[in-house]
Amino acid sequence: MDFDAKIPDGPIEDKWTGHLESIRLVGPRNRPRYKIIVVGSGLSGGAAAASLGAMGYKVHCFCFQDSPRRAHSIAAQGGINAAKNYRNDGDSVFRLFTDTQKGGDYRAREANVYRLAECSTGIIDQAVAQGVPFAREYGGMLANRSFGGVLVQRTFYCRGETGQQLLLGANSSLAEQIRNGGVQMHTRSEMMDLVVVDGRARGIVYRDLITGQIRSESADAVVLATGGYCNVYYLSTNAKGCNVTAIWRAYKRGAAMANPNFVQIHPTCIPASGDHQSKLTLMSESLRNDGRIWVPKNQSDQRPPSEIPEEDRYYYLEERYPRFGNLVPRDVAARNAKDVCDSGMGVGPTGYGVYLDFRDAIHDQGKKVVNAKYANLFEMYERITADDPRKTPMRIYPAPHYTMGGLWVDYNLMTTIPGLFAVGEANFSDHGANRLGASSLMQCLADGYFVLPSTIGDYLSRHPSGEIGADDQHFKDVEGEVKDGLSKLMSIRGNRSASSLHRELGKLMIDYCGISRNKQGLEKALSKIPQMKEEFWAHLSVPGSDDQVNQALEHAGRLSDFYDFANLMCRDALHRDESCGCHFREEHQTPEGEALRNDDDFANVSAWQYRGEDHEAELYQEPLKFEAAPLAQRNYKT
Amino acid sequence: MKLHLRIWRQDDSQSKGHFGEYDLENVREDMSFLEMLDVLNEQLIDSGQEPVAFDSDCREGVCGMCSLVINGKAHGPLAGTTTCQLYMRHYKDGDVITIEPWRSEAFPVIRDLIVDRTAFDRIMQAGGFVTLHSGPKPEPNSIPIEPEVAEQSLDAATCIGCGACVAACPNGSAMLYTAAKISHLGLLPQGQPERYSRVKQMVEQMDKEGFGSCRNYAECEAQCPKEISINFVSQMNRDYLKATLLEPVDRRSKMNAQ
Repeated sequence: MDFDAKIPDGPIEDKWTGHLESIRLVGPRNRPRYKIIVVGSGLSGGAAAASLGAMGYKVHCFCFQDSPRRAHSIAAQGGINAAKNYRNDGDSVFRLFTDTQKGGDYRAREANVYRLAECSTGIIDQAVAQGVPFAREYGGMLANRSFGGVLVQRTFYCRGETGQQLLLGANSSLAEQIRNGGVQMHTRSEMMDLVVVDGRARGIVYRDLITGQIRSESADAVVLATGGYCNVYYLSTNAKGCNVTAIWRAYKRGAAMANPNFVQIHPTCIPASGDHQSKLTLMSESLRNDGRIWVPKNQSDQRPPSEIPEEDRYYYLEERYPRFGNLVPRDVAARNAKDVCDSGMGVGPTGYGVYLDFRDAIHDQGKKVVNAKYANLFEMYERITADDPRKTPMRIYPAPHYTMGGLWVDYNLMTTIPGLFAVGEANFSDHGANRLGASSLMQCLADGYFVLPSTIGDYLSRHPSGEIGADDQHFKDVEGEVKDGLSKLMSIRGNRSASSLHRELGKLMIDYCGISRNKQGLEKALSKIPQMKEEFWAHLSVPGSDDQVNQALEHAGRLSDFYDFANLMCRDALHRDESCGCHFREEHQTPEGEALRNDDDFANVSAWQYRGEDHEAELYQEPLKFEAAPLAQRNYKT
Repeated sequence: MKLHLRIWRQDDSQSKGHFGEYDLENVREDMSFLEMLDVLNEQLIDSGQEPVAFDSDCREGVCGMCSLVINGKAHGPLAGTTTCQLYMRHYKDGDVITIEPWRSEAFPVIRDLIVDRTAFDRIMQAGGFVTLHSGPKPEPNSIPIEPEVAEQSLDAATCIGCGACVAACPNGSAMLYTAAKISHLGLLPQGQPERYSRVKQMVEQMDKEGFGSCRNYAECEAQCPKEISINFVSQMNRDYLKATLLEPVDRRSKMNAQ
């Protein structure tokens, strides 16, 4: 198996430009002969499909929603980073690169991260040209805010709906390509499997979610832009439909899965209120710019928060991390919230919540100014909880939010299957063991607008176009397997809904493979997952038939993949016998309770290779080199 | 609390629909409306009955996937709120709730409460974009934009494309949606080169899709979960009038000639 990351030679600042100048191109007259499938229509997939369509390639784009605009990138709230240095506060490409490496606790590939920082400024230019209405200052210049884990203001934003506006930008370019025939859009179509012919990815098998028909589409290359797998926890900030199926099926066809245990637990979400809870709602991290996080010092304090005086409040982040205060990186903020709640200081009915208080911001800046910044977030919070955060502090608690792990890709974003590419959250990406705020939009759009459209040409130029159609026997075989899988789900006819089974798996995963992990817990999870899987295959209920809209069947199919995936996540977390970023192994911490890395043994990427249903996955390790930004202990205290 | 639900059931676009009647107990006020339906569906699935099909995804009020006409109102009784953000604390024990899909000829029912809204995407594809390629672009601060203009554009761009405006309108008109999309780009300097061809093409596509005409009922604005202003409709009408006078010619094919 080929785990060569194909990182170009030369100094870090010249790698990407040098690579662009030396890779092979496909000429404009040949591009329409190459067909590319893009699965997913969010920021990375939508941007990739639009960019490739505009270049002249024949693109087929798939999404399971009814419109490409609904992809979950739309829900990103806070902003997008770019090293523009508009604030003259010492920002630069190199600074964004080192911030990202440090934030990721040095578990990402230097060359990729540097390229990401390099591409960041062009994204803002591209988005503004599309008509993305970023916030402006009074003089008409672009405005910035700051986000966790950095000491500069480099985040661009559109109120609290930056994701929606960037996605509408990408989608407008996609719409232009659909009109011009560059892209053919397949909505309400879910990828069910990948088709590999003679070692190359040659297409997909998908299910039409309206008619239930199983169909195939062949291509010269396949791009997966199918997002993350946080819904393995059942409760997460992801949309209900987010799932692991596309990348999991690709994994089973030979694409390696990298660092699956790396999951970001976002510190500022609305706490769960009961068993009926269907998802957790994120409150943008931008709130930490002005909100102060605290818990009552006295565990039995029953007073309403606004009546608790200053001396009885424990501003634990400000006290523990005086330099970064409430703006420590997400993993640090999440762990500290769990820590104060585990020690009995949490607030709210479940005891798992902390206060995020705007009292001082409103006092210092005025209600109008604070309201202008966060109005839609305040309203959203009030709608859900019936509390007005302008009058009483918000209650927040961490929730699974983003997955840094995903399909292993080389510098060209190609997986271990030739012709299969992965972009955005679906790849194991550039965020190492922890992603900084406002960096996911940046990575998705860098991949979609700038990186993939160049690197995919190098692959295509080495292969003749066409040659295979969806009527080929390889496609028929995979279609048969997909149909068999669906009939198996339909035929159980048990008495348990996928939701109730999914909730159990989610609880197990958050308890043992969530904010913090230990050997014993992970081993327990590994012994329980097969029992849960057995329960699923024995008692699942899927009413109705598979030749029409059947949402119970859709959920069951996605859940069936989550069991095997959860198993791999726990194995990965167990194997990584160190703490780094989001991956906090309780056995490995500093005397102050911070993550303690083991760079001698684990300065690498864990890439897992499928070896069949009856065999354990095989582990490969890609060593990471730290030349431009040498390894350092993360320190957000001084 | 205990509720009685009357829910529209329809197998597919070809079949005739009917109201299904359901009693649901132990509904908690901190459940969202969709979580209440989830509870109903779980009970149906556990007993081998077909669950109610409805669209939802982000459940944060921004993807625009959820819909539902609840007791005659698109997205239910609360102003500025999508169905997924509606909580059961606004209902009381013994309430009867009627739940229907978006009702419009241009949005055919696919199943139960799910409708086909692809007409909206076709309106976007008719001209809702700035023609460009991905690649180097001018430095954005070289074109200053007054914050007031950027904010107004964002007021329009905040439309989530859910279709409530169409469901709310007695005529099934899509003017508010189309106007929001046109105004978002029409207000910005980047949208100027194609401003008049855009409005013409998008309005023509809207008409082709079979949406009704606007009679200024303003129900669209009242029931829009993002509270998009109907002032954008007048803005669109002005631009459309100007476009018909200017009669912009689509010169793409000529420009591409070798």
